Amino acid sequence: MSFDVNFQAGLVFAVIVAFTVGLSFYLGRQAKSASGFFAAGGGIPWFVNGVAFAGDYLSAASFLGICGMIAFYGYDGFLYSIGYLAGWVVALFVIAEPLKRLGRYTFADALDSKFQSRGIKFAAAISTLAVSLFYLIPQMVGAGALMRPLFGQPHFVGVITVGVIVIFIVVTAGMVSTTYVQFFKGGLLVIFSALLVVLILLRGLSSSDPSNDSPLVGPIAEGDMSVPPGYRRLAEDPAWEAAKQDYERFLELMTSRVLTTIRVPNWRESYAGQTQPSQYRLLCQTVTTTPQGEKIYAGAVPPDADASAGLLPVGRAFSVPSEAESAQGPIGYLGAVADSTFELWRKEPLPILEGNGDSTVVYYPQPTSGEQVLTPGNYFSGMRSANPWDRLNFVSLMLALFCGTASLPHILIRYYTVKDESAARKSTIVGIGSIGLFYVLTLYMGLGAMTSGAIDVTDSNMAAPLLAKSFSPWLFAAISAIAFTTVLGTVSGLIIAASGAVVHDLIGSVAKVQMSDHGKVRVARLASVVVGAVAIVLGILFQKMNVTYLVGWAFSVAASANLPALIMLLFWKRTTKQGIAAAVLVGMISSLAWILLAGDTYKDVYGWKPEDSIIPFSQPGIVTIPLGFLTLIVVSLLTPKPQPLPPEGKPVLR
Amino acid sequence: MVGLDHGPASSGKQDSPEVAARNARIGLVLFFIYVALYAGFVACAVAGTLSMPIGGTNLAVWYGFGLIAAAFVLALVYGVLCRSRTTDRTEDAK
Repeated sequence: MSFDVNFQAGLVFAVIVAFTVGLSFYLGRQAKSASGFFAAGGGIPWFVNGVAFAGDYLSAASFLGICGMIAFYGYDGFLYSIGYLAGWVVALFVIAEPLKRLGRYTFADALDSKFQSRGIKFAAAISTLAVSLFYLIPQMVGAGALMRPLFGQPHFVGVITVGVIVIFIVVTAGMVSTTYVQFFKGGLLVIFSALLVVLILLRGLSSSDPSNDSPLVGPIAEGDMSVPPGYRRLAEDPAWEAAKQDYERFLELMTSRVLTTIRVPNWRESYAGQTQPSQYRLLCQTVTTTPQGEKIYAGAVPPDADASAGLLPVGRAFSVPSEAESAQGPIGYLGAVADSTFELWRKEPLPILEGNGDSTVVYYPQPTSGEQVLTPGNYFSGMRSANPWDRLNFVSLMLALFCGTASLPHILIRYYTVKDESAARKSTIVGIGSIGLFYVLTLYMGLGAMTSGAIDVTDSNMAAPLLAKSFSPWLFAAISAIAFTTVLGTVSGLIIAASGAVVHDLIGSVAKVQMSDHGKVRVARLASVVVGAVAIVLGILFQKMNVTYLVGWAFSVAASANLPALIMLLFWKRTTKQGIAAAVLVGMISSLAWILLAGDTYKDVYGWKPEDSIIPFSQPGIVTIPLGFLTLIVVSLLTPKPQPLPPEGKPVLR
Repeated sequence: MVGLDHGPASSGKQDSPEVAARNARIGLVLFFIYVALYAGFVACAVAGTLSMPIGGTNLAVWYGFGLIAAAFVLALVYGVLCRSRTTDRTEDAK
């Protein structure tokens, strides 16, 4: 898809991003004194911290990924909204106050508060690094996705830009500025998302008859091979014959362009009172990559467009109830969606033939009823499968989402920025309110994007900003800028958590290297640069994956590695230091190994056949989270009982 | 770098063990209520009953919104029921 670079939009974007970065530097200067740094530990007001929770948590995955997944697959994206929010219940009811009471400043400190164990510090620090890196990938992918429509720059430019800015922020500022940046962008994200939803409801739904696209499109009898005047059917090609879908290819004689169509089951029962034939022909879009790397776009590209113009923006309703073509209330809008029919876009890579080397991906529309759009199972198709492994895959994901939030290191360290348990509790409630409101809005934004006529079929992550563009280039710029600052805020928090694990836990506590405060800061800055550089590389490698799906993996690793240790430390007195260290390492390694060997990774990362995977389903949580608990219990029972706690159960502060 | 140089985040004053235990009990009760609601949702999804038409749309939409609303309502209930420290600190009342 080609994008017009809009100077004014770029200006709005630049102003918002510059303000955010400026705010970060200003507050960073305020916090250069020791007392300023200390205030970050306990001086953040609970309301600010609560909204900052939203700013920290509502990452690129929530904004870009969920909206994109809903726009492409309907309700399945909303499952992530539900799971991400449900995780906060664990954080509030089980983790928040006890964790705050442990009175430390990294996640490893909390786990180690009763034991003074280098093994725990090592395991927790490695886990923090692994989870932070996994969580960084989707943020960087999201940043890259934003750059193309806004500035016409390729994906890697966005990834490098956000990486450089964030490294700069983190090495020059810290948690005080990060908190206020997250407060600022968390508030903006919720407000602008609400504005977007109001505009969606005011616009209502509108339908567009696909028959207007081309004479090739329309109802067709099964087996009918007729060709409309002005077109010639192309000869069969072995690569196309191997396709799973029922494609046909035609040469448009006036323009010499090749159009690809697909036959799908008829999406309407009758037309003008006549019962329709059983099939319907719709236009597809194709991208062919030559062995030299040149991309050839064909299909629905207008005849007057340049061949490099790319693919057409898509996303529409084929039919809607007449009463839905006006402003709707929130409930009425969903009712209208249920009674409509939409096009959802799917893709099929064709086999690469020997001697040719071209690889072609076909993007084809799939008429889908509104009822099906609002029912889970379009993405997680295993839910409807008779195969129990497929169903278990879905249950495993929902378990990981539920358990993952309270295990994320960059979220956990935010409990140390308020003064006491009461403030931790209140800030979590504010966070749940802000985040919950946002997640309700994601369903409307995703459905609005689905019918916006602005979707890029090759990139689900851009659905929300392109939805904004369908209203106004100014709104597009503002939403893109907020999404970009969202990435900045989350990535800053992740890099702080990761560099803290390196300097404070690995170098300071495990290796016992004595450093001055100045030395610690210097090493931490170096660690931030390294972590940021690794994140840039991974963000470029994982460009094509939906960001919220990637975050699902990060949640699985966090929940498997960290949650069993946290829960058992708080609620089982027999827990030993060996048990905690073993549970963290086993949970982390098993979940990482599971992900690397899973069918989804085979398909989306390695480009191999998913059937070759030795893992029966892709989401590890349902196996690796219980494995973490089991490991902790067994190892704790096999090792000596822990020493009694100091008086009043308080950990010793060093 | 904040988070690396500052001292311990604790203010040094904590809820009394009795208050902390009471809050933890309330938290666990509310947690298990929510777990039941969430597990019900996942079970309905696997059983395929979320497509059941209800209120103009279907059960999936209402149950999903309900889970988000329930999280906030239970959080408010928790906030109301929980007590803070029983010592002489008065900051919480401000």
